Amino acid sequence: MTGNANLSSDVIEVRDLSIGYGKRTVMEHLDFSIRRGEIFGLLGGSGCGKSTLMKHLIGLYRPQKGDIRIFGESIVAAPPERRREMMRRFGVTYQGGALFGSLTLSENVALPLQEFTDYPPEKIDRIVREKLALVDLADFGNYMPAEISGGMKKRAGLARALALDPELLFFDEPSAGLDPLASAALDRLIRSLRDKLGATVVIVTHELDSIFSIADRVIMLDKSVKTAAAIGDPRELKEHSGNAWVKSFLNRDGLKGA
Amino acid sequence: MKNSEIFLIRVRRRLLDAADKCVLPLEFLGAVAAALPSLFRKKGLRLREFRYYLALCGSKSLPIVLLISLLMGGVLGIQAALQLTKFGAEIFTADLVGFSVLKEFGPLMVAIILTGRAGSAFAAELGTMKVNEEISALETMGIRPVGYLVLPKLVAMLLAMPVLTVFGDVAGIFGGMAIGVSVLDIPFAAYWSRTIDVLDGITMLLGILKSVVFSLLITLAGCFYGFQSTSDAQGVGRSATQAVVASIFWVIVADALLTVLYSFIGY
Ligand SMILES: Nc1ncnc2c1ncn2[C@@H]1O[C@H](COP(=O)(O)OP(=O)(O)OP(=O)(O)O)[C@@H](O)[C@H]1O
Ligand SMILES: [Mg+2]
Repeated sequence: MTGNANLSSDVIEVRDLSIGYGKRTVMEHLDFSIRRGEIFGLLGGSGCGKSTLMKHLIGLYRPQKGDIRIFGESIVAAPPERRREMMRRFGVTYQGGALFGSLTLSENVALPLQEFTDYPPEKIDRIVREKLALVDLADFGNYMPAEISGGMKKRAGLARALALDPELLFFDEPSAGLDPLASAALDRLIRSLRDKLGATVVIVTHELDSIFSIADRVIMLDKSVKTAAAIGDPRELKEHSGNAWVKSFLNRDGLKGA
Repeated sequence: MKNSEIFLIRVRRRLLDAADKCVLPLEFLGAVAAALPSLFRKKGLRLREFRYYLALCGSKSLPIVLLISLLMGGVLGIQAALQLTKFGAEIFTADLVGFSVLKEFGPLMVAIILTGRAGSAFAAELGTMKVNEEISALETMGIRPVGYLVLPKLVAMLLAMPVLTVFGDVAGIFGGMAIGVSVLDIPFAAYWSRTIDVLDGITMLLGILKSVVFSLLITLAGCFYGFQSTSDAQGVGRSATQAVVASIFWVIVADALLTVLYSFIGY
């Protein structure tokens, strides 16, 4: 345990959460916790609200109802300045990469370091090279985002998210658009982040293989009932879930008309 | 429920919606104002972006500003001459061109050119950043998007527009002079000394003050509509259009107000 005053091992607590856009509710009655050092998956069909839920967890959107506590503190109730401070502890990647188009890859990764540390330029350079190497982009530091492929953008976004060695990581479909080898390498990277740095990882993904190999627990969001259908160990849910949709989703037999 | 009640409920909802619409720009202005003090902090202004926008709004806009102002001055010269020759008062072409350019057309032409070149570009750029989730990324890094993205544009515009206006003023006066000398056969020396005699520094300064106000309006409109853009390609196009329409509207309104104000103090 670190010297943190927060004794609970829950890093994120979600209580009776309703999320949506305007008056439209996308998901409601969400209740779950994410533990320290856990790799936690957000699963569900396309358009069910995974990215929306992630953006609420990181404090970008205000929920329609309910509370989200991060490290024991409500990010919903926090005033803007405090919320920004909380956000600095996160590393976030977005579905599309979200690289700054006017900056090279190196400058993208360097940006959080320049903004929030007093490191000398040489040290920043060293960290940037190290992070780019981590995602296998060592030779592309001088490229502009427009000059690289979609999968490379995702990996560069990952390098940027890792720049400040955050303790809480949110990845929105990091492996979509990667080839199987790169995808497996990414799984290994995510696991090592957790094992070596003790990071907590929240990951949105469609890759069942990677869910079964890295996720400790998952929440399964069911569009048809607008709420969570199951929460738990994906391997167990696959075999023993009482929910037909959960079972068919994890066993990929949706097309057989489960 | 009676029809009248339904009507009242509708009216109430319309009013609330309208109030919501008014709040957004105010919120944006508040955010910009809140970000201003950071300009004076270390790393407050992003120099690279600032230089980029200074080039976009300033040096790269100079040729078109010179050309348009020269033409505008020429057009003013012709119109003035057509009327003034009726009275044999051709020499007053210098007065008319000089004052209209310094007080109105210099600042106004620069504002219109920069609305097209910079205001729409600001809106499109911020809209595209929104589509790319770059704005969300900034927020989750704990960086305030408004300060980070608006300030370099604002400072660049505040510096560039007054300077461009001076260039535009000079080009406009030369445009009028070219017409006066070539078409009306007014001797160059006479036109020049008449121009120097009637124009004064304060008139020019007041025109430049207008351009400072215009630069604020254009930048704020461009950035506001950029941030308001919906997250799709049409949204980006729409926000650029709205930015141009709104900034031309507000520039004209501000111009009218300032002109009235100036007339009260005798200019
Ligand atoms: N900015 C927005 N404004 C309004 N509605 C939105 C917005 N973004 C998403 N939605 C709606 O919210 C719902 C959930 O979208 P979300 O992007 O969270 O899905 P997702 O689970 O991440 O899907 P995918 O797997 O395809 O990425 C969708 O029905 C979508 O129409
Ligand atoms: Mg998504």
